[in-house]
Amino acid sequence: MKLVDEFQLGLEAPICLTWELTYACNLECVHCLSSSGRRDPNELSTEECKAIIDELERMQVFYVNIGGGEPTVRRDFWELVDYATAHHVGVKFSTNGSKITLDVARRLAASDYVDVQISLDGATPDVNDPIRGEGTFDMAMTAMDNLKAAGVENFKISVVTTRENIGQLDRFKAIADHYKAQLRITRLRPSGRAVDVWDDLHPTADQQRELYDWLMANGENVLTGDSFFHLAAFGDPLAGLNLCGAGRVVCLIDPVGDVYACPFTIHDEFLAGNVRSPGGFEQVWKHSELFESLRVPLAPLEGGACSSCDAFDTCRGGCMAAKFFTGLPLDGPDPECVKGYGETALVAAGSGAGAAGVPRPSVDHSKPVPVMMGRQSRQTRPDRACDESPLAGFEPAVRP
Amino acid sequence: MAPVADDTAPPTLEGPWTLDERVQIRPERFGGLLYHFGTRQLSFVKAPDLLAVVRLLVECPTVDDALDKAEIPAERRPAIVGALVALAASGMIQPRIPAGKPS
Repeated sequence: MKLVDEFQLGLEAPICLTWELTYACNLECVHCLSSSGRRDPNELSTEECKAIIDELERMQVFYVNIGGGEPTVRRDFWELVDYATAHHVGVKFSTNGSKITLDVARRLAASDYVDVQISLDGATPDVNDPIRGEGTFDMAMTAMDNLKAAGVENFKISVVTTRENIGQLDRFKAIADHYKAQLRITRLRPSGRAVDVWDDLHPTADQQRELYDWLMANGENVLTGDSFFHLAAFGDPLAGLNLCGAGRVVCLIDPVGDVYACPFTIHDEFLAGNVRSPGGFEQVWKHSELFESLRVPLAPLEGGACSSCDAFDTCRGGCMAAKFFTGLPLDGPDPECVKGYGETALVAAGSGAGAAGVPRPSVDHSKPVPVMMGRQSRQTRPDRACDESPLAGFEPAVRP
Repeated sequence: MAPVADDTAPPTLEGPWTLDERVQIRPERFGGLLYHFGTRQLSFVKAPDLLAVVRLLVECPTVDDALDKAEIPAERRPAIVGALVALAASGMIQPRIPAGKPS
């Protein structure tokens, strides 16, 4: 059996575990995959987090990708990082850079087992800041300057590809080279708040081709989180496993201990369990009904265009989250199918991210919009017209 | 003759070997994973017999002894040795300095 088929059946423990430590964030990026902003009062305590680390050590989860929200705003962040690395769980954490001072950078330089990843969604402020917020480009660059000054090399610069920044790939690479950092580019999914901006920000068909060609030419030293396997239908597969690892080799632990199939599926439909329940994370990973249902051999898809498409063996039907949050059936094509079947399916169904009747994230921690009266409910939808939003005045396309 | 640890020389499998002390093995249905905490590299070992040999290296004076002890048939040995060379090249396994000999 090929390795990819073995992985399809699931591993004893994840090899790529994302752990969002908090929903709190000092930014309000328009495409936040976890709809972060405010801390959840039910957030896992320091002791609960340490118990999870103990469990990860027992399960031999060798490293975790820590994110949020902005994980460094947790007061116990460094305590947890130190606890993890002391227990043979390496840490890579994603940050917007706001807390990466020179002192913090020096601390990172002294650790072998901690890796840092700075988020940047434009190679220039005019592209980055409308997505991540005013001043965030300079903030990220300051963080990188501090890392460089402290002698931290090979940190990651993490870029979510959008219609606005695909043309900047060479410039991102130049920034990474300047800092002796490694570029990581990943796919924009219609998850979290991105459900409201995906239609306008996801790459065009021509840009997908441009991205594929760029990755084939430059991909050697560029990380992708294995997120572009749907592009394999253009021809040769990209470096990486080229499969959807959700619930098989990857999963998400969210700030309140909920375990989802992947970081892009914060929805009840993909909720496998909670680490606070008996048996903890291991029980959820090994025996949850949802994960067991995902760990079956990849069968040819029954429905839609995929069933007769000769590219199915390479693209494997694409991304589950992208289909789900655009209202497409999971056994049909990916909305960004490079053969165009996804676009056809979206038009035929009158569907799309954020459209009426299409699922939205089950959990939303976006900061409340200014209200005139009454209390804001916890699971409010972000207000597109929020004055503080970088996209204030921005109106999503009207669907027929 | 003990192998010389030289980054520029192609790895040979003479003498005693061992798993690098920074490497952990995680068993899986199809074999296992090796993770190197120093290089942060992950290797997939798709063959249970290869994994058995890797585990035996530390207690055997030579790779051949480990192959014998794991009862690897002759026709399977070139593939196993090839995989060990790859693991040596990525630093997952290291030449072992026998106890009592000066390093």
